[in-house]
Amino acid sequence: MRIKIHVWRQKSADDKGHMESHQLDGLTPDMSFLEMLDTLNEKLTAEGTEPVAFDHDCREGVCGSCSMVVNGEAHGPRSETTTCQLYMRSFDDGAEVFVEPFRAAAFPVVRDLVVDRSAFDRIIQAGGFISNHSGPKPEPNSIPIEPMVQEAALDAASCIGCGACVAACPNGSAMLFTSAKVSHLGMLPQGQTERFERVESMVNQMEAEGFGSCRNYAECEAQCPKGISIAFIGRMNADYLKSQLVKPDDTRGKMHAQ
Amino acid sequence: MNRFSKFYASSIGKKFIAAVTGLILFGFLAGHVAGNLKVYTGADQVEIEGTEAAVNVPHIDQYGHFLREVGEPLVPKMFVLWGARAVLLASVILHVMVVIQLSLKSAEARPVNYVKSKKAAASWAARYMMVSGSVVLAFIIFHLLHFTAGAIVIGEFEHGKVYKNLQSSFANPLVSLGYVVVMAMLAFHMYHGVWSLFQTLGLDNPDRNKILRGFAIVASIGIAVGFASVPLAFLVGALPELGEYPSYLLEK
Amino acid sequence: MLNLDAKLPGGPIEEAWTNHKDQLRLVGPNNRPKYKVLVVGTGLAGASAAASMAAMGYQVESFCFQDSPRRAHSIAAQGGINASKNYRNDGDSTWRLFTDTQKGGDFRSRESNVYRLAELSTAIIDQCVSQGVPFAREYGGKLANRSFGGVLVERTFYCRGETGQQLLLGAYSAMQEQISQDRIKMHTRTEVLDFVVIDGQLRGLITRNLVTGEIKRHSADAVVLATGGYGNVFYLSTNAKGSNVSSLMRAYRRGAGFANPCFTQIHPTSIPASGDYQSKLTLMSESLRNDGRIWVPRDKDEKRSPKDIPETERYYYLEERYPRFGNLVPRDVAARNAKDVCDQGLGVGPTGYGVYLDFASAIKEKGAAAVKSKYSNLFEMYQRITDDDPVETPMRIYPAVHYTMGGLWVDYNLMTTIPGLYAAGESNFADHGANRLGASSLMQCLADGYFVVPVTIGDYLSRITPGEIGTEHDQFAKVENEVREQTSKLLSINGDRSTQSFHRELGKIMWEHCGISRTRESLEEGLEKIPKLREEFWNNVRVTGEGNHLNQSLEHAGRVADFFDFGELMCYDALTRDESCGCHLREEHQTPEGEAKRNDDDYAFVSVFEHKGAGEKPELNKEALEFEAFPLATRNYKS
Repeated sequence: MRIKIHVWRQKSADDKGHMESHQLDGLTPDMSFLEMLDTLNEKLTAEGTEPVAFDHDCREGVCGSCSMVVNGEAHGPRSETTTCQLYMRSFDDGAEVFVEPFRAAAFPVVRDLVVDRSAFDRIIQAGGFISNHSGPKPEPNSIPIEPMVQEAALDAASCIGCGACVAACPNGSAMLFTSAKVSHLGMLPQGQTERFERVESMVNQMEAEGFGSCRNYAECEAQCPKGISIAFIGRMNADYLKSQLVKPDDTRGKMHAQ
Repeated sequence: MNRFSKFYASSIGKKFIAAVTGLILFGFLAGHVAGNLKVYTGADQVEIEGTEAAVNVPHIDQYGHFLREVGEPLVPKMFVLWGARAVLLASVILHVMVVIQLSLKSAEARPVNYVKSKKAAASWAARYMMVSGSVVLAFIIFHLLHFTAGAIVIGEFEHGKVYKNLQSSFANPLVSLGYVVVMAMLAFHMYHGVWSLFQTLGLDNPDRNKILRGFAIVASIGIAVGFASVPLAFLVGALPELGEYPSYLLEK
Repeated sequence: MLNLDAKLPGGPIEEAWTNHKDQLRLVGPNNRPKYKVLVVGTGLAGASAAASMAAMGYQVESFCFQDSPRRAHSIAAQGGINASKNYRNDGDSTWRLFTDTQKGGDFRSRESNVYRLAELSTAIIDQCVSQGVPFAREYGGKLANRSFGGVLVERTFYCRGETGQQLLLGAYSAMQEQISQDRIKMHTRTEVLDFVVIDGQLRGLITRNLVTGEIKRHSADAVVLATGGYGNVFYLSTNAKGSNVSSLMRAYRRGAGFANPCFTQIHPTSIPASGDYQSKLTLMSESLRNDGRIWVPRDKDEKRSPKDIPETERYYYLEERYPRFGNLVPRDVAARNAKDVCDQGLGVGPTGYGVYLDFASAIKEKGAAAVKSKYSNLFEMYQRITDDDPVETPMRIYPAVHYTMGGLWVDYNLMTTIPGLYAAGESNFADHGANRLGASSLMQCLADGYFVVPVTIGDYLSRITPGEIGTEHDQFAKVENEVREQTSKLLSINGDRSTQSFHRELGKIMWEHCGISRTRESLEEGLEKIPKLREEFWNNVRVTGEGNHLNQSLEHAGRVADFFDFGELMCYDALTRDESCGCHLREEHQTPEGEAKRNDDDYAFVSVFEHKGAGEKPELNKEALEFEAFPLATRNYKS
């Protein structure tokens, strides 16, 4: 099969960038999308030009490295599928394919399709953990966890941190990512101690990184390769509001009788 | 203050304000449409004292009068009404203000647009909230000048004579059809907004999602249809002429 | 000659680790911040080691080539993690996990290390749960277990099919906590290109910033390598595309012994390559063999679709060759037989390298719905990749390189032969012998990272003066120069062939000559081909772009350059180990059933290779293996 590919080229963060078009022949429907890009890169290398830079690693849908928008959708047209698991059979022979990097102010382009997603790491650093040291720990079965709660926490924890939610959101919001982590830890008994502090500082960091606001489009959920539910956004909203409007167990300080 | 400004600074804080003010405005609309339906219940026949002649005092006029007096004698006349107006005005201002601030922030968050973009989930209603919201806002200003202040007069206008004012304005097809169009926009705005506010307040979850979305659909369509039916009914002449009456009758 | 003093603990094996720990020298809390420890790699071993040491107070700096530490390939592990908790009351114990691992490794691992691994397994689960890892629970809220990989107890803990991801996110979040407190300095998109050894001690390393191309010196009091496996020497493997052997090879060239490089685990059930463009292989759980029957057409020229081939013309080769075990023969036997029938020209699929895994019998017996629900996500994954529905048409499978048991030689403290350089996780050789038991790799990485290295490293650090040698030392300048030279060399060749094409060709050589089964002839031939290809590489590779920006061609070329040297080492190891054991099958040494035949009299040792300079044959050093606690026995899958 053959396609016409329009791909974003940008030399560095400061470069303006532009779309570049190439005709690719001899593809097969069983080729993965990234193998198609490999083929393009081999062609470019043979021609003596620089290949298209793109992030990829595991190529089995879990590392979250791929960061491209294919024909206007993060990770391309198949739902719950990362770019590396997308196959050329999802495109018609002779199709035009547009490939662009994830676009957001908080994800500056490094080169071509490679973006800097360190903002996500910083959101986790703000509180996406249960404070802990390595060493002897209590017997885990001493704190039973309802399977329903565990399953829900795992649904949230399935997030691969790829940033498709930000790329998909018309507002460039990171609410789905942040809420998935907040919810994963906030639902489990182990995460209760820091629950409200966590949501507050993670949300603050998210704001500081320059992500947009959530407008409940649910575009993030639709384009999330792991199908993370916007239910977690609602849950995070509730936790954040509680942390701000109700001070849980506020018993510090003096009081006077009336 | 620090605590509040911190809260306000966050997008979730602003969204909370948008949601709460949206809820207030939604509650107002529900009450407003219920009141409007009184045009359909007609009028009371009241004899003018000292004469045999009877005049019609429309129910909706009486309702309007009630709103001006409610709370008396605990508080003076018009107090509750102005109180409510103050809350509503503040709600509209806050609602618009936070939404503009959020939109500006969001625009900054996506400085370069996609060459090709495609939506997988977002509804038209959700995507055009700013458009529908702007239309509704402009309409509110017009509507207040039109029927509340009487600054814009179409046909006839007399303070307190709600039925007559409606009838004479809506006889103009441009006005009545304009109202209908705006109500469609309002429905569009509420279709997303009513569900969205529950999600923002953290009240939605997969278990009640269907109910809340169903509620938003029923409420937005119900309210818009209720509102729009009035100009249409006047336009097609489905409602009777009720004639004049002296204002002091409303006091009774 | 390498110093292979493994510092093995004395006394009964059950108390060995405790006693050993009690003898180790410690660094006091007030002194720890003075020591700088660099950790290379942020998979399970690297992230857990970095987080643990930082929490103790050491100054830690961490390096990964990915854009975030969370993306290391540990994330892709599906199955689970073993721990001898004995929650099922089915007779599990530290001893049983120890002996299972020893037997699984076909007695080519070090007994005391394996016992320690089994002993620490339960603490790993406790640690991970306290971090919020959502392990599967039973209805009462207690931890659930499943059985895995041919053992007689249920001891595997899991999070659906994403156990590796959840464990890595746990370790990653522990790391992020330390980063937030400035106890770890994180260097993402940074590749380690060489090590600085001064007077026999590791003193630092040289990195390249993959975005800016900046070459930088880092001094260190100790370095922990946790760079994972090197299956990508075969080009096609289940490893991530970025997984590489460069750090290990560069440490090897600086004096670290490389142990058992040829021990490679090949997984029998992966989705076959569909063409020459194939870039990696995806694993399918082996559990599929419980219900699937494996066959190929009897006729080489068969063109019909599998459904139209009558029973009599199908060759159920495993059932015919191994009537007692049939389709459930051990991994290595299944893998070898698949390659064998394909080499005979009976293979199926576009490349001829695939065999059918047919669920028709199971579907007939149990119903399509039952079979489908049992393997739902696997069937989905298969269909997503191949566009075939396994319910309608048989799956095609083929073996794939999966895990590498070999790695840098380490002593009981996990220190390599270069003092101050440690190796943890898949990058060391210690625990899995010649074959790894299912669900044990995650366990080993976390045992090393959370519990072993953070304790043993103090013993070394307490003997040195922190920050004694800075980056201004001549040796740093020398090594930095060498790194710069290699980079500019790669950029200046400007030949005709892409790195990718070299890598692919090297992979084919490795697969043909040092793959599922090996012979003296195949290995000797491989040892002739590799240097030739390497020479062509150094004269004819084309690397575009410059060194001062993100240049993935340059990164890849550097890694492939190391794979050449490593591939040669691997073949050499396979050649000198003139026996079969675990995954290493020398065709000269097999039982009539095609099983590996060990030679304990002559080969009960670890092969540790010492670099003797470019172009020189490496020197083989031997660490004899003692089996005192659990005596040698022959693997037996027949009874």
